[in-house]
Amino acid sequence: MPIRTEPMTVNIGPQHPSTHGVFRLRVTFDGEEILEVEPIFGYLHRGTEKLAEERNYTQIVTLTDRLDYVSSMINNQAYCLAVEKLLGTEVPQRAKYLRTLTAELQRVASHLIAIGFFLQDLGTLGTPLMYAFRSRERILDLFEMLCGARITVSYMRPGGVFFDAPEDFWPALDQFLEVFETEFREIEQLILENEIVMVRCRGVSLLPLDVAINGSVSGPVLRASGLAWDWRKMDPYDAYDRMEFDVPVATGGDNYDRFWVRIQEIHQSIRIVKQCIQQIEPGPIRADVPLVLRPEPGAEAYGRVEASKGELAFYLVSDGGISPYRCKIRSPSLINLTVTEHLLVGWKLADMIVTLGSVDINMGEVDR
Amino acid sequence: MNCVLGPGNILHDTLLFRVIYEWVGQLLPCWMSYFVAGFVIMLLLVNGVLLGAGLFSWVERRLIGRFHNRIGPNRWGPFGTLQPLADLVKLLFKEDLTPAGADRIVFMIVPVALVAPVILMMAVVPFAKDTALVNLNVGVLYILAVTSITSIAIFMAGWASDNRYAMFGASRGVAVLISYEVPVVMSLLGVVLVSGSMSLDDVVSAQTIPFLLVQPMAFFVFLAGTSAELNRTPFDLAEAESEIIAGYHIEYSGVKFALIQAAEFGAVLTSSAVMVTLFLSGWSGPASNYLGWAWFLMKIGALAFIFSWVRASFPRLRIDQLLAFAWKFLLPLSIINLFATALEVYFLRDGAGILVTTDLWIMAGINFGIAAGCLLVFGTLIQDKVRPARPISGVTLSSPEVT
Repeated sequence: MPIRTEPMTVNIGPQHPSTHGVFRLRVTFDGEEILEVEPIFGYLHRGTEKLAEERNYTQIVTLTDRLDYVSSMINNQAYCLAVEKLLGTEVPQRAKYLRTLTAELQRVASHLIAIGFFLQDLGTLGTPLMYAFRSRERILDLFEMLCGARITVSYMRPGGVFFDAPEDFWPALDQFLEVFETEFREIEQLILENEIVMVRCRGVSLLPLDVAINGSVSGPVLRASGLAWDWRKMDPYDAYDRMEFDVPVATGGDNYDRFWVRIQEIHQSIRIVKQCIQQIEPGPIRADVPLVLRPEPGAEAYGRVEASKGELAFYLVSDGGISPYRCKIRSPSLINLTVTEHLLVGWKLADMIVTLGSVDINMGEVDR
Repeated sequence: MNCVLGPGNILHDTLLFRVIYEWVGQLLPCWMSYFVAGFVIMLLLVNGVLLGAGLFSWVERRLIGRFHNRIGPNRWGPFGTLQPLADLVKLLFKEDLTPAGADRIVFMIVPVALVAPVILMMAVVPFAKDTALVNLNVGVLYILAVTSITSIAIFMAGWASDNRYAMFGASRGVAVLISYEVPVVMSLLGVVLVSGSMSLDDVVSAQTIPFLLVQPMAFFVFLAGTSAELNRTPFDLAEAESEIIAGYHIEYSGVKFALIQAAEFGAVLTSSAVMVTLFLSGWSGPASNYLGWAWFLMKIGALAFIFSWVRASFPRLRIDQLLAFAWKFLLPLSIINLFATALEVYFLRDGAGILVTTDLWIMAGINFGIAAGCLLVFGTLIQDKVRPARPISGVTLSSPEVT
């Protein structure tokens, strides 16, 4: 006689240590197996898009910091690119390099967080997470030297960057690169080929390429499914057209591949940072733009970057005023969440947490 | 009044009890001194284990701090040693919540039911020569019986809390505990076979060389099984923090939470003590007549350090993988070990059924060979699951074309 069992509905979140913010999943379980998933978000909605309509173009930079708050530099970059397109401004070379450099450092910091929390979700007692944070702290210290802030940097401005790098920034950066190499190798040795990580992640929560493309997924999640798609290569912005780097691609589309792609991207980012240091030359750091920007009425611009989590884009419409008429944010975390159901249904509770970690969402960006 | 425990009494072999009983018996009536002796031993046991648990909580937090590249608690008292006290005071003053839907009585029993086996386990373990609080002739069996209370307590916690996360934790915990009980018992049988007794005193005196050498596989199985029963990474599914937050004890707060934590930290110590007694020759060592307790504590410390080290290093397994590990890996290992040991004992013992040290060395040699062979075979079987399939450099492309 079969045992009569009932499915059980559990709310994972909004207060849960592993949902990476105030994210809620209504999950129906059969034992430990997932039958249905309903992602619910909006707990962190701050109305960024609406707020942007009431601030001038320079002020909006501070709003972008608070989208994906672990990769503020890249958010700044995406927004500034959109405004520059709107105005038709040409950014000076040095600023381009500074932007590329800081964006890549930020990508490293963001991926370190992704990797650290991914392993935390796997159940490590914080050791890899603390290792990752140790290196991230050094990057944040560098940002502090650049602009005085560590998280909400607001370093970039439409037309360039706010400050030039101080004299002692460059030796500090060299020192960081040296230390980082050892520190990152320690993380890799600790965890990259760990047997338990392998068993837990390989072949779990597969994302086939067609599902990923249909879901408009981007970033490491897409590249882990087998498509070499990277806006830094496809539509180079800032100084990326002069950089030599590879796009890491994995074919499995499982949790391990998503994790592995991020590890490899960190190596590539460090490569780009090194090239920036070599190529950067003295010069102006900001184009000659007026204090209050007033683009042409009816002008539209779509500025996009390859953020650490995927394609981040700002769509701006101007009505000739000092504020944009409309500011639409395409946030990669939100779009990547659309395949949640495909990733989770049929797997176990423990896999669900790990998968969420491997997709690497940031609620500041999802809810805006 | 002269109170004497006759040889027929079950507590006759328990030196500490007898000494206290006979000493107090000079002043008080016998029934009262019996009570006093029992009470003193109980006091020693409970306070010893709970103080040890507190101390270990500090040690582990400091250790894991170092593993994390941090300092760990260092504010309160020298090197932060009073941190457990501060934690205790904080937890005592916290509100002791009981969820509205909870089964109040069961909910209240749980912390006690979790602490009790931890303390009771310690009762039969000899700290030094002739100092087991109770020298039971079925000590090993007693330990196994007492520790299985934990699985009931965990299930009670999950059921009484009226919380779905707690239910997850409880069902996981029970599945794990029941599965791991089997290989653990099987591995202990090897020890019992070699020592020829279930009394822990006899097991220690039988270890002319540590049973770690004679029974390497049993030690490994017991170590893995114990960390599963202790709910420690990589087997901490019942309270998997990143998945089900705290698992079965999610609804516990205040004093009850303190007790559950004490049980968890104390369990590491008492399990280490049992392992020291069974596999690392207990209190014996140079000058063990005087320094037995020091050897005993040092060995416990070493094992507890290994537990912390493992906890700081490994990710968690999934429930199906964990159960598969118990049934498909540990159980066969322990059965092979049991058969091998039985055969060795059968052929090596002399007429009186006694194994001399030379026999133990021979067994150690054979068993290490078997252990190496088994690990090789099992390792090959699971190899494709735990090795990266692709070269770690992977597929990269330098510049995708714009389409």
